[in-house]
Amino acid sequence: MLGRTAGGLYWMFRYLERSENIAWLLEAGMRIALTNSLELDDEWDSVLLTAGQRMAYVERHDEVEPAAVIDFLLRDQHNPSSVRSVVELARNNAREVRTALTREVWEATNATWLAVADALRRPVPTRDLPRVLSLIRQESAYVRGALHGTMLRNDIYNFSRLGTFLERADNTARILDVKYYVLLPSPLDVGGQLDNAQWETILRSVSAQRAFRWRNGGNVTAWGIADFLILDRQMPRSLLFCYERIDRNLAHLATDYAQQHKSHELSHNLRLRLADRSIDEIIEYGLHEFLSECIRAGNELGISIEHDYRFDC
Amino acid sequence: MRLSITHTTKYRFDEPVPYGLLELRLCPRSGPTQDVEWWDTQILAGQRQVRFTDHHRNVVELVRVEPGATETIVIATGDVVTTDTAGVIGPDQGANPPWLYERSTKLTAPGPNVRRLARSADRDVADLDVLHGLSAAVRDAIDYVPGITEVDTPADAVLEAASGVCQDHAHVFVAAARVLGFPARYVSGYLFVEGGQEEASHAWAEVSVEGLGWVGFDIANQISPDRRYVCLAVGLDYREAAPISGVRRGAGGETLEVDVSVTEQGSAQQ
Amino acid sequence: MEPREGFFDEMYGLAGNVRAPYRAYGNWFADEQPRRLLAKTAEAERVFRRTGITFNVYGDDEAEERLIPFDIVPRILGASEWATIERGVQQRVRALNAFLHDVYHRREIFKAGRIPVGLVADNAAFLPVMLGQSPPGGVYTHIVGVDIIRSDEGRFMVLEDNCRTPSGVSYMLENRETMMQMFPELFAGRRIRPVGDYPQNLRTSLEASAPPAADGPAVLAVLTPGIHNAAYFEHAFLADQMGAELVEARDLEIVDGRVAMRTTEGPLRIDVLYRRVDDDYLDPLVFRPDSVLGVPGIMDVYRVGGITIANAPGGGIADDKAIYSYVPEIIEFYTGEKPILDNVPTWRCSEPESLGYVLEHLSELVVKEVHGSGGYGMLVGPAASKRELREFRKKLQTRPANYIAQPTVALSTVPVLTRAGLAPRHVDLRPFALVAPGRVQVSPGGLTRVAMKKNSLVVNSSQGGGTKDTWVVDD
Repeated sequence: MLGRTAGGLYWMFRYLERSENIAWLLEAGMRIALTNSLELDDEWDSVLLTAGQRMAYVERHDEVEPAAVIDFLLRDQHNPSSVRSVVELARNNAREVRTALTREVWEATNATWLAVADALRRPVPTRDLPRVLSLIRQESAYVRGALHGTMLRNDIYNFSRLGTFLERADNTARILDVKYYVLLPSPLDVGGQLDNAQWETILRSVSAQRAFRWRNGGNVTAWGIADFLILDRQMPRSLLFCYERIDRNLAHLATDYAQQHKSHELSHNLRLRLADRSIDEIIEYGLHEFLSECIRAGNELGISIEHDYRFDC
Repeated sequence: MRLSITHTTKYRFDEPVPYGLLELRLCPRSGPTQDVEWWDTQILAGQRQVRFTDHHRNVVELVRVEPGATETIVIATGDVVTTDTAGVIGPDQGANPPWLYERSTKLTAPGPNVRRLARSADRDVADLDVLHGLSAAVRDAIDYVPGITEVDTPADAVLEAASGVCQDHAHVFVAAARVLGFPARYVSGYLFVEGGQEEASHAWAEVSVEGLGWVGFDIANQISPDRRYVCLAVGLDYREAAPISGVRRGAGGETLEVDVSVTEQGSAQQ
Repeated sequence: MEPREGFFDEMYGLAGNVRAPYRAYGNWFADEQPRRLLAKTAEAERVFRRTGITFNVYGDDEAEERLIPFDIVPRILGASEWATIERGVQQRVRALNAFLHDVYHRREIFKAGRIPVGLVADNAAFLPVMLGQSPPGGVYTHIVGVDIIRSDEGRFMVLEDNCRTPSGVSYMLENRETMMQMFPELFAGRRIRPVGDYPQNLRTSLEASAPPAADGPAVLAVLTPGIHNAAYFEHAFLADQMGAELVEARDLEIVDGRVAMRTTEGPLRIDVLYRRVDDDYLDPLVFRPDSVLGVPGIMDVYRVGGITIANAPGGGIADDKAIYSYVPEIIEFYTGEKPILDNVPTWRCSEPESLGYVLEHLSELVVKEVHGSGGYGMLVGPAASKRELREFRKKLQTRPANYIAQPTVALSTVPVLTRAGLAPRHVDLRPFALVAPGRVQVSPGGLTRVAMKKNSLVVNSSQGGGTKDTWVVDD
């Protein structure tokens, strides 16, 4: 496979994952806005922060204002990470790697682009927001479905999955990192119940509120959430889950190509960070430090994959 | 005359070069005016890819710069025994049609300036005299001033600037000769200069003249090439006869250092 | 349907009766509900949009992707009509390849005085770098598209040859695919010659021209300028269907004297490159130095037999408009046969007599610039204003050798489906020929391009033209 094709697949799926992640973030932000009138702007500010878009936003806007934030994250063409931009980037990458995709995956991606571009043609009024956000999530689910249902489990698939899981791990780590202070035990509420709205946001941002409840019942603790999003083996957005998938896909590539690279070592190290760790140890080590290191190590791995598999021309 | 030539080209790159190519026309071939006794091209931090003889019968080599190199050096060296034929090379050995050398190229396109110059030539004399006249007119029109023109300055723009180097003289002459209906070509090579301080890389022109075949004209020096000249490559213009041309990927600048030495060997015995 | 007066209709001929090749289709059509058919048209459009069968148009601000209109009424050719076209195209393509070999080697045809050498000597499409160069297998034009029209008497004539990088074959294939999905009943029990094997034939044919350096099964790749190219869809489509890698220049490098693509596992040599990049841009070391679409060094590798470039560089001299009028001579010179397909009558303005005629009849003629392509530098006499005529007259008088002139040819019509039922629209036909050493294969039918506007003679997709499925059926 061409290095450029591998890169195209990787980025196509990173962008698709990003579009979905932004949709979830907005969903969570909107929910807060409906249920909690206090600290509203703070909430949108942290949405921007989590999306990694606060700097870019501040450059274009004087104040953090809900409608502007929503528009910036959904539609702004000057924002390379807006849903509209990333879906277009995903589709352009798909066009470039079209020969590596099944007809179903290509058509699902093309249809996603057509539908999302159409839905985001004009500013989205608040009453339409739920519908539009659900459309974005649905469309990206079609692509995922086509990928799982029709693609060979070969190197093409591996690069696609690497893109997905590196983006997802990055997103989960950011969400936790931005909210880490909420999760920190304070002298007042060690082991106590968290503020309803706060944990809702975190779980909603990764679409995990129901999964969490199944797992933990009504017992919502800071450590419980951190444990769930970092160390749960079955939660598809947890760091451990993502790192394991990354490692597995890289291992397939190593076998297929009979080539070991620096990426394999980095990925192995990334998994070791979590292996046999308990959440107590992580929090004792320092949650913020730990998450920052994860984010940094993830970036380093991404760059190494690009290099090892000759994404760049 | 036996001339010893060493032509060193050094590329220095600010950043390691991921991918780069050099195309060499650095191998003189024997002919009526020169006999190549031996010749060798060494390449440091680069690998030869292909070697062939092109349609002008130049030997061409394609070299890939060693990936990650920050410096590549090409050293061409050898001995050539030359003969004075008063600039006459004779008919072509190759199978090229004569009209090939009447085709203009981007660098030799006949713009208004070139046409005006060609029109000014005295046509009522023998072919050789027409060309000598044209050569003098070109030399008069362009002062030798380095640094004004670039390697890709077209003939018409050279006349506009009224200054240039030997390459520009050759381009303008070739372009004007073609306007007058003569097949003409560009020559790159070496010039032996007593004392050896001057630029030893040189460029001149050849024109196909009825009854004589190819005849050389050194416009810059206003003479016919003699024993001091070694022809390296010919082409429709500089691009087709350049001793080295290159392309590369990667950021950062580069510096190019060229050193050519041409010395007379065994002159003491002659 | 009311046929257009004075034009040959593929379905109704001149007399208005359904012609033999269309009989079965005509019966089927008569039983169909127009509303259902219109709905099918809309459905086809959705399929094309979803599949991304689009071409790019460069607008003022950004590149826009457009659909080429598709009409569901097929263009149908009978077996004997087709046999003539097929043999004619084969003969023509063989002759053009022989001509190219001659041009770059011994140049006998000029020595014999059959063509003025000046047409080649000054021609930008002639590439000196190809002099003495024999492409692997002796094939210059691996893929040729010949544009054919049908006159008012129903006679086929060649309007243009495309020896560089003819496009449109993906539409031929997708149109058939779409028709079979939408109207399976039309194909059941009818002998419509299949076209679906084209990609495999293309592959086999390219493999047969592998270079001397190839060892083992030939590695094929399609070189595209990238996703912004108008025909990108086709490049991806063909690569996909052939099982070849779709590459851009930035994917390629020279390794061990061969052209190789950068893969995830390291460099992989390419034996045959089906390039959809023009000569001018192919190698910045030899042609345009500013080209970023080309592969530096590829011509050097080519010259030592390290790669096959399809079509061979320099083939454009064979389809140049200045050469076109000499193709009948070219056919006779190299094959010793009379041309099976005629040219459209052409006046060469380089010849004083012809120039005189052209200047006198300018308002009736189409004048084309010889080195131009695709309608630029062109004058359509009957449609031109007085001023345009005046300006063109001046151009003709200054540089007559730059122009040829042709009568405004009466393209035949084929019905298209409109809201008001069937209506005649003008068409041409581009059959595709594949050339391998010793073999020329023509895909049955080809691409039918149709002017979607009433009475328009312009079928180019860039100017609103559409396409149709093309059938070859038994007589």
